[in-house]
Amino acid sequence: MPDLLLELFSEEIPARMQRKAAEDLKKLVTDALVERGLVYEGARAFATPRRLALHIAGLPVRGRDVREERKGPRVGAPDAAVQGFLKAAGLSSIDQATIVSDPKKGDSYVAIIEKPGQETAAAIAEIVPAVIRSFPWPKSMRWGKASAAGASLRWVRPLHSILCTFGAAETEDPEVVPFEVDGIVSGNVTHGHRFHEPGPITVKRLEDYVASLEKAKVVLDADRRKEIILTDARNLAFAQGLDFVEDEGLLEEVAGLVEWPVVLMGSFEERFLDIPGEAIRATIRANQKCFVLRDPATGNIANRFILVSNLAASDGGVAITAGNGRVVRARLSDAAYFWQTDRGALPDLDTFKDSAEKLGLDLAKPLDQRMAKLDKLGVVFHAKLGTQGERVQRIAALARELAPIVGADPEKAERAARLAKADLPTEMVGEFPELQGLMGRKYAELQGEDASVAAAVEEHYKPLGPSDRVPNDPVSVAVALADKLDTLVGFWAIDEKPTGSKDPYALRRAALGICRICDENNLNRLQLEQILTPLFDKWPNVDAPIAAFDLIDFILERLKVMLRDRGIAHDVVDAVARQGIRREAMMPGMANVRVISIIVRTADALGRFLDTEDGKNLLAGYKRAANILKVEEKKDGEGAFAEAPDLHLIAEAGLIEEKALAVALAQATPKAQASVAAEDYEGAMAALAEIRPAVDAFFDNRPHRLLRRGQRWKPSPGGRGQGEG
Amino acid sequence: MDPTRSFQGLLLTLQRFWAERGCVVLQPYDMEVGAGTSHPGTMLRSLGPKPWRAAYVQPSRRPKDGRYGENPNRLQHYYQFQVILKPNPPNLQELYLQSLAAIGIDMALHDIRFVEDDWENPTLGAWGLGWECWCDGMEVSQFTYFQQVAGIECAPVSGELTYGLERLACYLQNVESIMELNFNGLEGDEKVTYRDVFLQAEQEYSRYNFEYADTDALFRRFAAAEAECRALLQKGEAGERHLMVQPAYDQCLKAGHTFNLLDARGVISVTERQSYILRVRELAKACGAAWLKTAGGGAN
Repeated sequence: MPDLLLELFSEEIPARMQRKAAEDLKKLVTDALVERGLVYEGARAFATPRRLALHIAGLPVRGRDVREERKGPRVGAPDAAVQGFLKAAGLSSIDQATIVSDPKKGDSYVAIIEKPGQETAAAIAEIVPAVIRSFPWPKSMRWGKASAAGASLRWVRPLHSILCTFGAAETEDPEVVPFEVDGIVSGNVTHGHRFHEPGPITVKRLEDYVASLEKAKVVLDADRRKEIILTDARNLAFAQGLDFVEDEGLLEEVAGLVEWPVVLMGSFEERFLDIPGEAIRATIRANQKCFVLRDPATGNIANRFILVSNLAASDGGVAITAGNGRVVRARLSDAAYFWQTDRGALPDLDTFKDSAEKLGLDLAKPLDQRMAKLDKLGVVFHAKLGTQGERVQRIAALARELAPIVGADPEKAERAARLAKADLPTEMVGEFPELQGLMGRKYAELQGEDASVAAAVEEHYKPLGPSDRVPNDPVSVAVALADKLDTLVGFWAIDEKPTGSKDPYALRRAALGICRICDENNLNRLQLEQILTPLFDKWPNVDAPIAAFDLIDFILERLKVMLRDRGIAHDVVDAVARQGIRREAMMPGMANVRVISIIVRTADALGRFLDTEDGKNLLAGYKRAANILKVEEKKDGEGAFAEAPDLHLIAEAGLIEEKALAVALAQATPKAQASVAAEDYEGAMAALAEIRPAVDAFFDNRPHRLLRRGQRWKPSPGGRGQGEG
Repeated sequence: MDPTRSFQGLLLTLQRFWAERGCVVLQPYDMEVGAGTSHPGTMLRSLGPKPWRAAYVQPSRRPKDGRYGENPNRLQHYYQFQVILKPNPPNLQELYLQSLAAIGIDMALHDIRFVEDDWENPTLGAWGLGWECWCDGMEVSQFTYFQQVAGIECAPVSGELTYGLERLACYLQNVESIMELNFNGLEGDEKVTYRDVFLQAEQEYSRYNFEYADTDALFRRFAAAEAECRALLQKGEAGERHLMVQPAYDQCLKAGHTFNLLDARGVISVTERQSYILRVRELAKACGAAWLKTAGGGAN
C-alpha cells in the first residue's frame, strides 16, 4: 500500500501556530481523501519553524471501481429504443450488452458499465492545492510580485516549496505528485537547517526524509525537540546542583523556535537576585524566552538561566551564551530599575492631594502614591463604568460592608481594597502585567502594611480559574468578593452580559470565583440578594430587584457547572436553589436558599440522599403524590390542597395507612425543620427518609379515593392509571 | 570603515550593502518622526503598483522614551536604518542575512532567529506580518511584509527591514551602554563617543519633553497641523489627480509628533489618547488615498 509524503516549506511560522497548523493539515487532507472513498491506515503531521509535513500511510493506488447496471429495452424492441439505450449507456453495439431473462417479462438488455476508481495520485493533486489555498491560518499574508494581483495565494509567511511524493513503501521509488499552486511546482526536494545545511535534499519517502533532515540538523517532530530540550536542560541544571523550573508553555514555544535545539546555560550577577524571583522569571521568560533555575536548598531563583539556541556553534556556544547573558543583564537592569523606582516617591506629589483625600490615602507611602496617581490620571476602567479610582472607592465600601459577614476586620478590608489596584501604575506591572497583585503585595509589605492587608492585595484577584487557589484569609475574601461583585453588578447595570462564547470581561470566571469563595470558606451568612439589590439601587434606570434576580440566576448557573463537575446533577441544584427561591414566600425559614455555601451543602446532601435506596423511594413517593394532587387540582381548582391536612378528619375517617402517614409526617416535619435551622442537611434528609415506610404503605394500600376536607370520602374518578406517578 | 569598530562604520556598511543591491540611498527626512516607516520614502512609496527600492537612515524621535541620558538603553532620539523593497524579492530573508554578515556577524558563531512579531502602526493605519530578528537573544531588526498602509491594501506587498542601529552597534563593539559606543572609529584623543555627540541632547530634550514643552501651544499646534493637512488635501484635489499630497503629509507628520510630545507631558488621558491616534490616522489615510492619485502612486 503506497504512502503519501507532503511538506510545505516556508519562512518562519509563528511558534504558537505550528502544532494546530500540522493538525489542520492532517485533518483537511485525510477528510478530503476519505470523502473520495480513499481510506488510509494511519496519518501523522509534523511541524518545525520552517515546514509543515504530513505522512499518510496505507493508501490504495486508486479508488474502488464503480460497477453500474443500466436496464435496457426488451430483446426485439424497436430499433429506435435500442439506439437510444446504446447512446445512454455509452455502448457502440448491442453485442456489448448482456441479455437477462425474466420468467414473467421475457428477455431484456442490460448494460454493465464499469468505471475505474480515480488514481489516488490524481486525487492528491486536486486535494492538496485546494487545502493550501483555503488553509485556516489565524492570520495570513500576501507577498512578492504576485501580491500585485487581487487574489494571490495567502500563507502564514511566504511559502517557498512543496514536496509531495506518493508510492509504495519498499518495492518502488515513490513518484512526485505533480501540481502547482500560484507558481510553486510540487517536487521531491527540501532543505535542511537554515545555517547548517541550507542546500537541497532529494527525498523519496518518510524514512529517508526524516533521516536526511536529521542529518541536515532538523528534528522534524516537535515532541522530540521538546524532549531533547527538557532532558538537556535538566542535565545541565543537575550538573550545577540546581533545579530546572519547568514551564510547559515556554517549552512548547521554544520548541517551535528551533529546528535543532542546542541547550546552553548562562548566568547573571548575584546582585540582581534582590529583584523578586517572580519578576526575574517574568523578565527572562517574556523577553528572552529563557528558563530560570532554582536553588534546591533555598527554593529561590538562582543566578543562572537556560537558553535554547538553534545552532551547534563552532565555538561550542560561547558567543551565544555571552550574547544572551548581555541581553538578560540589560533586561534585569531594567527590572531592577523598576523595582527601585516603584519603592521611591513619585514626583509632583502635590498634584495627587485631592485624589489621596478622596480615597483616604497616605501620601507618605509609595503604594498609596501610586493609587493616588491612578485616580488622578483618570484611567478608565470601562467607558460606562467610570475610572479605576471610582471603582476602587466602590470596592472599598463594599469590602467594608462584607467584612462582618465574612468575619474580617472592616478597617483592614477597606484598606486592602484601597491598595488592591495601586500596583497598576507601577513600572514593574506596566512592564509585566502578569505580575499585577503580586507586586502590589510586595510593595505593601515593604511599606509595613498589615500582613492580611498585603496578602489581600495579591489574593483579591483569585481564584483565576476552576483550579486556581481560593483565598481564605477573611480580609482577602472580603476584597475578592467585593471586586468580583462590583464587576458583575457594573456590567449587569450597563447590560453587557456575556453572550454565547463572548465573555470579554471574564464575567463567568468572576461568578464562578464568587461561588468557589463562598463554598470553600463556608460563608453561610452571605445572602446574595441582600447584598446585590442595594448595589443595583445606586444605578439610575436599573430595576434593582429584577437585575439582582437576573444576576443571581447567572451566578447559580455557574454554580451548577461547578457542582456538575463534582458529580451533582443540575436538577438537584435547581431543586435546591430555584425551587427554594420560589417557595421562600411560603416558608420564611428558607431565605437561606440564596446563600451559596448553603445551596452547595444542601445540594450535596440531597444528591447523596437521592442516590440511596431511601432517597429513591421517597422521590418515587413524592412524584406519585404530586401527580395525584395535580390531577385532583384540575377538578378542585388550584390551591385546593395547599393547606395543611385536617388531622381531625383523618383521625375520624381515615384508613390506617392515612393515619400512619399523618403521624410519620407530624414527627418528621419538626425534625427536618430543626435540622435545616441548624444547617444539618444530612439530618434533614435522614428525617425525611424515616417517612418512607409510611409513604410506601399509603400508596401500596391506597384505596382509590382521596379524603377531602368537609366531606367524608368519594371514589377517585381518575383511577389508578391516571393518578399513578 | 569597520562596522564593528565605529557607529558610522556600521551605518556606511549598511548603506553600501543595500546600494549595491539596487536601492536608492535616501537621506533622513527633514522632519521629526517616530520611526523610519513615517518617511514618505516608505509610507507613501509603499502604496500603489510602482516598484521601489530605497534605503536610508532615519533619526527617530520618541519623546516618552527619554531618560535624561541615564538609562543605558533608552533614548528619546536614536537612529533606525530602513530598507524598503517593493515588491519584496523572494530571497529577502537571504539578503537580510547577507547584510548581517556584511556588518560582521558570523553565522557559524551566532544564533540568528526569526521570532513572530506582527507589526502595527495605528497612527499610520499600517500593519504587516513578519518577525523580530534575534541575534543571540537580542532583537536587532524588524522584518515586515506590509499588508496595509494608510488603511489601503498593499499591491504589491513591500518588504521592510528596520535595523536598530545603536543596539546592533553595542553588540558589534561589545559595549554595555549606547553612550559608550565609538562613533568615529578613532582611538585616544581623537576618539568620539556616542556620549560626546548625544548625551547633552538627551538631557536637554528629556527636560523639554517631560517638563517644559508648552502644552497649550502644542494643543494649538496639533489642531493647526490637522486643519492645514485637511485644507491642503482639499485644495490639491484636481479631478482624477492630486497635486499636493506631500505637503499635506508633512502636516500629518507634524500632528503625529505633536501628539507624541503631549503624550510625554502626560496631559492626554487614556480615553483621549485613542481619539488623538484616530485623528492622526484619518489624516494618514486621506494622504495615502490622495497619493494613489499622483504619478508616484501609479496614476496615469
